[in-house]
Amino acid sequence: MNLNSSAERPSPDALRASPSPRRGEGTRLNPHVQGWLLALPAVALLATFTHVPAVKTIIDSFFATPRGNHAAPFVGLDQYRAMLADPIFARALENNVIYALITVPLAIAIALAMALVVNACVTGRAALRLAFFTPTILPMVAAANIWLFFYTPDYGLINQAIRALGFAGVNFLGDPATALPALMAVTVWKEAGFFMIFFLAALQQVPPDLHEAARLENASRWQVFCRITWPMVMPTTLFVAINALINAFRVVDQVIAMTGGDPNNATTLLLFYIYQVAFSFWDSGYAAALSTVLLVVLASIALAQFFLLDRRIHYR
Amino acid sequence: MSARRTTARLSPLSSLAAWLFGLLWGLPLLYALWAAFHPAADATHFSLLAPLTLKNFARAWDAAPFARYFVNTVLLVLGIMAAQFVICTLAAFGLARTKFRGADVLFALILVQLMVTPDVLILENYRTLQTLGLIDTLTGVGLPYVASAFGIFLLRQAFKTIPQELDDAARLEGANTLQTIWRVYLPLARPVYVAYGLVSVSYHWNNFLWPLIVTNSVETRPLTVGLQVFASVDQGVDWSVICAAALMTSAPLMIAFLVFQRGFIQSFLRAGIR
Repeated sequence: MNLNSSAERPSPDALRASPSPRRGEGTRLNPHVQGWLLALPAVALLATFTHVPAVKTIIDSFFATPRGNHAAPFVGLDQYRAMLADPIFARALENNVIYALITVPLAIAIALAMALVVNACVTGRAALRLAFFTPTILPMVAAANIWLFFYTPDYGLINQAIRALGFAGVNFLGDPATALPALMAVTVWKEAGFFMIFFLAALQQVPPDLHEAARLENASRWQVFCRITWPMVMPTTLFVAINALINAFRVVDQVIAMTGGDPNNATTLLLFYIYQVAFSFWDSGYAAALSTVLLVVLASIALAQFFLLDRRIHYR
Repeated sequence: MSARRTTARLSPLSSLAAWLFGLLWGLPLLYALWAAFHPAADATHFSLLAPLTLKNFARAWDAAPFARYFVNTVLLVLGIMAAQFVICTLAAFGLARTKFRGADVLFALILVQLMVTPDVLILENYRTLQTLGLIDTLTGVGLPYVASAFGIFLLRQAFKTIPQELDDAARLEGANTLQTIWRVYLPLARPVYVAYGLVSVSYHWNNFLWPLIVTNSVETRPLTVGLQVFASVDQGVDWSVICAAALMTSAPLMIAFLVFQRGFIQSFLRAGIR
């Protein structure tokens, strides 16, 4: 139907005052009902796969794992007591915290450096941007397999280089001391290019007069960075940091693809441990308790975001 | 160099450092490319005379049902995207344009999913799929992601910027709500749909844990899971073939990215910022 076909139409105000009996108007629903109806499919699906399972997970964590056809007995906080005594859980949590504390700032620093390079006048800008951003497009599983090859003890590129320099080769993924950092490298490699584009956008919004003023004042490059660039990209930094932090506590693909938690749980992270307990050990009660811990971690990050960030920056 | 450009030209030394860093960043991928396009014997030796070959790709293709995995992944990502467009459009329109009671609380509850993605609650969601009889089906892999908080958020923002007058005009023509969405909101929010579509396709092309848990047959496995099964089953550690397989599974996205680089990056930006 052509929008401009109607010759004599009432003003919107007149229409609002007395609803015309035209098609569409006559069957107009109460806006409250209509709003809910529109949202209903999404709400039903979200409830089914996010809210209800979250609540059920928390409830299940107070019950034992059901065996056979018997209903699971209520055990109160037993699962959590077991968790406190579980060295693998302690290891997973510790690994995950280290993972987050190292990968998040590192990825942000590298991303900002990349953005500064790509934003500046440098020969081969397009090629550099391509090199930085391409890892982001790869599936993590593909990246993990590529890095497995890269890390191979005998003929991986890193070990070839190390040996060419006359040092003994390193089994990066087999040594508990290097396995976790080796996984972190993959994460940073894949994430930095993604974060780079957010910084790039932020850098392009820095008002040119600021740089002009700095030039007139003969400010050094470092002063420009500290006084202009860094404060101006701060909201972006916080936004990226929150996202990177959430991702750090949901890391699992590269653990499954590269180490399976080995050697000796040196690379076991929270979500990987949940996956193991739930689908290898089939201990659903304990898995629920572990998932509850993960939910609490994610909720804390959400609250931190709520209180730390000016929400208008990103959610308005 | 234009005078308006505010950023300085990098000094030769900084440029050199930047190039070295770029090279370092590209190394893992370049090494994989080298191995994939050379015979196994030359995979780890660097000689310009080493013959190029496509045999590794052919061997990977024959060794596992990658054709089927490709079909599964394409069906999966397109199905999810189509369903997301419908479901999220309706919800976003409801939240943006009908001031119904509880809309703010509802929106806050929806945003919870940005944090608690379906793969965080793997065990409960697996049970739900069992109840629904959807284990080992593509529908089961996609269903938890169809109502996407991210999509609703993005489209709601877009719809809010569309002038109410256009909406009113369509209503005056007698268009009902669905017709108004179709004729006014969809065309005007097109760039946002493109951006969201790209982000959605690349996310689900790469998604791994949830499909790994839900699928257990060749008929349903997407590429990522297929690649993992292929690489972890003993290949006699033939890295050339594994690299070829890894590159093959990423190729469609990579090629699309190379062709539409600018659009890709802008879409990611549009989707990430406001």
